[in-house]
Amino acid sequence: MIRDTDFGTPAKISDRSVTLEIDGNRITVPEGTSIMRAAGLAGTGIPKLCATESLESFGSCRLCLVEVEGRRGYPASCTTPAEEGMKVKTQSDNLARIRRGVMELYISDHPLDCLTCSANGDCELQDMAGQVGLREVRYGYEGANHLGDEKDESNPYFSYDPSKCIVCNRCVRACEEVQGTFALTISKRGFDSRVSPGEDQSFMDSECVSCGACVEACPTATLSEKSVIGMGQPEHAVVTTCAYCGVGCSFRAEMKGSELVRMVPHKEGLANHGHSCVKGRFAWGYATHKDRMLSPMIRKKNTDPWVEVSWETAINHAASEFRRIQQKYGKNSIGGITSSRCTNEETYLVQKMVRAAFGNNNVDTCARVCHSPTGYGLKQTLGESAGTQTFDSVLKSDVIMVIGANPTDGHPVFASLMKKRLRAGAKLIVADPRTIDLVKSPHVEAVHHLKLRPGTNVALANSLAHVIVVENLFDEAFVAARCEKKAFDEWRQFVSNPENSPEEMEKATGVPAMEVRRAARLYAKGGNAAIYYGLGVTEHEQGSTMVMAIANLAMATGNIGREGVGVNPLRGQNNVQGSCDMGSFPHEFPGYRHVSDDSVRHLFEKEWGVSLQNEPGLRIPNMFDAALDGSFMGLYCQGEDIAQSDPNVKHVSAALSKMECIVVQDIFLNETAKYAHVFLPGSSFLEKNGTFTNAERRISRVRKVMPAKAGLEDWEATMALSNALGYPMNYGHPSEIMDEIASLTPTFSGVSYEKLERLGSIQWPCNDHAPMGTPVMHVGEFVRGRGRFIITRYVPTEEKVTRRYPLILTTGRILSQYNVGAQTRRTENVAWHQEDLLEIHPVDAEDRGIVDGDWALVSSRAGETSLRAKVTERMQPGVVYTTFHFPDSGVNVVTTENSDWATNCPEYKVTAVEVKKTHGPSEWQKKHKRFSHEQEAFAITKESLA
Amino acid sequence: MTHEETVTMIVEEMRSLPGAMLPILHAIQDRLGYVPKEAVPIVAKGLNVSRAEVHGVLTYYHHFRQDPPALHMLHICRAESCQAVGGDALAEHAKNALGCDFHGISGDGSFSLEPVYCLGLCASSPAIMLDGEVHARMDSEKLDSLLEEGK
Repeated sequence: MIRDTDFGTPAKISDRSVTLEIDGNRITVPEGTSIMRAAGLAGTGIPKLCATESLESFGSCRLCLVEVEGRRGYPASCTTPAEEGMKVKTQSDNLARIRRGVMELYISDHPLDCLTCSANGDCELQDMAGQVGLREVRYGYEGANHLGDEKDESNPYFSYDPSKCIVCNRCVRACEEVQGTFALTISKRGFDSRVSPGEDQSFMDSECVSCGACVEACPTATLSEKSVIGMGQPEHAVVTTCAYCGVGCSFRAEMKGSELVRMVPHKEGLANHGHSCVKGRFAWGYATHKDRMLSPMIRKKNTDPWVEVSWETAINHAASEFRRIQQKYGKNSIGGITSSRCTNEETYLVQKMVRAAFGNNNVDTCARVCHSPTGYGLKQTLGESAGTQTFDSVLKSDVIMVIGANPTDGHPVFASLMKKRLRAGAKLIVADPRTIDLVKSPHVEAVHHLKLRPGTNVALANSLAHVIVVENLFDEAFVAARCEKKAFDEWRQFVSNPENSPEEMEKATGVPAMEVRRAARLYAKGGNAAIYYGLGVTEHEQGSTMVMAIANLAMATGNIGREGVGVNPLRGQNNVQGSCDMGSFPHEFPGYRHVSDDSVRHLFEKEWGVSLQNEPGLRIPNMFDAALDGSFMGLYCQGEDIAQSDPNVKHVSAALSKMECIVVQDIFLNETAKYAHVFLPGSSFLEKNGTFTNAERRISRVRKVMPAKAGLEDWEATMALSNALGYPMNYGHPSEIMDEIASLTPTFSGVSYEKLERLGSIQWPCNDHAPMGTPVMHVGEFVRGRGRFIITRYVPTEEKVTRRYPLILTTGRILSQYNVGAQTRRTENVAWHQEDLLEIHPVDAEDRGIVDGDWALVSSRAGETSLRAKVTERMQPGVVYTTFHFPDSGVNVVTTENSDWATNCPEYKVTAVEVKKTHGPSEWQKKHKRFSHEQEAFAITKESLA
Repeated sequence: MTHEETVTMIVEEMRSLPGAMLPILHAIQDRLGYVPKEAVPIVAKGLNVSRAEVHGVLTYYHHFRQDPPALHMLHICRAESCQAVGGDALAEHAKNALGCDFHGISGDGSFSLEPVYCLGLCASSPAIMLDGEVHARMDSEKLDSLLEEGK
């Protein structure tokens, strides 16, 4: 069986239990459990069609009827709770007759094409017909029926065949209860009832976000993955972890041999509980895309065509180039960049190779450009560089404040959980320059939308703090017991200053003072209050300041150290938490320990058998600057596309052009590879073993389901390079790398593959104090001892609007595409988003004579690029917005080198720009297109992988 | 006033009622004679529900029309009492006279024909309702003359 057991109704949690008898067997279950579930737990399956355990019971199919001693009639076992002393019969002659009768009616309007049906072997209707012993259908097939209803093939990933629909409502309920989009309904009534996306539209024209919850819930072939229709039923399944965002959903990769048939969200996954989004569920086709690079390649300079070589030649060439450069320019003239898309073990190895084999600390990671301020800010205030909660904690929140994050697009599966809580009554505050979907979408509405100007987060946070302190809303007892008194007193005095009042700060933020006051009162006094934030907080000149301001708010109101509260960074990438944990920073060893700490350094020196530098190395932007001044000449870049994702692309490409050896390890010939000298083909998450750590510090296994297409898993390639450099590494399996990490890192000392196998996943810290891991941090005491308030003075960004550049450009992501789009652009997800658009407020558009669909030239002091305009009131006047999923858009040609004062995280969220109507792509875009074509021609064209 | 404006006004007036969707749909139909397609997104936005949810409710009740009705609306009672004293024949007669079935529009486009289940006039069955006005103890001739007047 590759499908999990389905107990029909959700598990209930209760302090009280009841004992009942089912077919003579006694079973004890939590109060509130349905008879159906109790029977399942006792080992007896009751026939069912409209019930599935991911949804509340519904009671419409009438197949699960049972007899209860002393009661009249035949209650539905899904909607009837088990009671103390109840005696239930699940089988009797009468029940058999009734069930067969119901089944006959279903089958009288259902095609009898089981043998050629795509659900053959995975169809609950078929199973139930078998279970109830259906032998004839007395009603015939002559009368009115739905057998000729037309299929809807509009969605690229699944098909809707209404002729097979039994109108059990599971898809409609899944869209409501699980996903929270409410895109489906049942139209009409009685015999005419049909599932209707939107207003009897196609799925693509409806509000559907293609999360797949309806497909997963469908008991028949009505909603089926096109991959299953094409390939047939899978024969085995492997549990693994999604490689897209920081939610880290657990999936079952359902396979036929080494071919992936479908990805199905895993019910036991503690981050996603059986839910998924369009990316993880469906957008995995990139893994076998014809653009995959499968052979190592080398070339002398980037104006030469590539030459395919063996792994050995490529690795030896890279190693000798790195050694040559070090001899010529010095030990510190090379470095490496780890990837938040790769596994913990892989990032650990890259930083180990840089420190031990390169002999310097020039290692950085893409977290530099996203959540580095989180690491810094939370360490300073709370003592640990990570979010404080589990995702499930949100179900106990009374007030949810979302700052600079767009969960429904960026972290969709967590957004569904959050929306579930909001529908149940929690209050929502959103602080965002745009009217994101969460502000108002079916059944969810923010009580306060603080629509601030980009770049004024700290002003807003200080004014919230001002209200909390001046109106005496802070939690005096918590602060006295848990925080540093002196620091609190200083902070209290600072925020009380009238210059931090909402009325004063309104001038900067543009948010009405009264709205801020009300939001502050709600956050401080509304019960359990949790803050969720994203890159809208970190990617600013004052990114680290804002992270600390958030921690201050949580500490002052006592909203930390228990379920339902906390400070929750929504980490962008699948393993951005992990890559940071693994010491991918130039100043920190694994576990966030500074390289200048002698005792820590000695520990690593002893284990690794080399002496290590005690001074921090170069950060990514420093590497670029050093390349331009001729002191940094070689780079090993694993799974990150700095030439597209980093700000001020012209500066980045100039720096890359200066380097003498760039080694790019990636699954595609990405933008950075166009400047590279050595290309090492990477392995996708389906092709390797390892672990990812999600935004709630949850370490989950990534399991290899197919052989590495290019021959080596990424960690094996790094190991080979290290060996070629003369620093030996001999790991037989990533579990051995994890054992080394655990032996060197106190927060990971209890982690092992064996334990991961046993528990499913582990939230660090996991050690002798917390052998099972730590779901909620800072309980009873902060990691640093006492919480430390830090003064967060608002300093306006240097990036100011001027007459020349009167608008602010801010950037973000969209549901269907992922970051630089290297993966999602190579999937059917382009059906939803084919190009990056410039969102602009109608007033600004009108001033410039721009209408929907016009080309608009966006220029800043760094550069200019053209995008098509989308005129929308989601924006505020004075602010424009775009995504950065397509390299041709060149959004980062426009963004500047401004960055966070503490961590150099780029200020992607604020760029002063002007927008003008234009006729097509900019000069840079035309030049880039020529360059791309030339570079693609340099790579040998591959046969299709299929 | 456009349909969008009318619907927007109705939604604004009524959105805070408990269970506002049905009263709003009724008000729209009372005002416009039907619930036009463009009303669905406006009602959805006003009540902060999805378009699908509005569509589900709208199509569930036969009472709600999604197309414009004819100039006149003829409801014929199909409930037990009327059926017992000639309602069936009356209904057949109406269909023939108008040249359409229930839920249809007469050949000349002047009448919409709808069934209704009890007008509360059982003591004087069979009953009909023409443009909101009830008529009792109906027979074919009386109906013909009413229809003639209506034209």
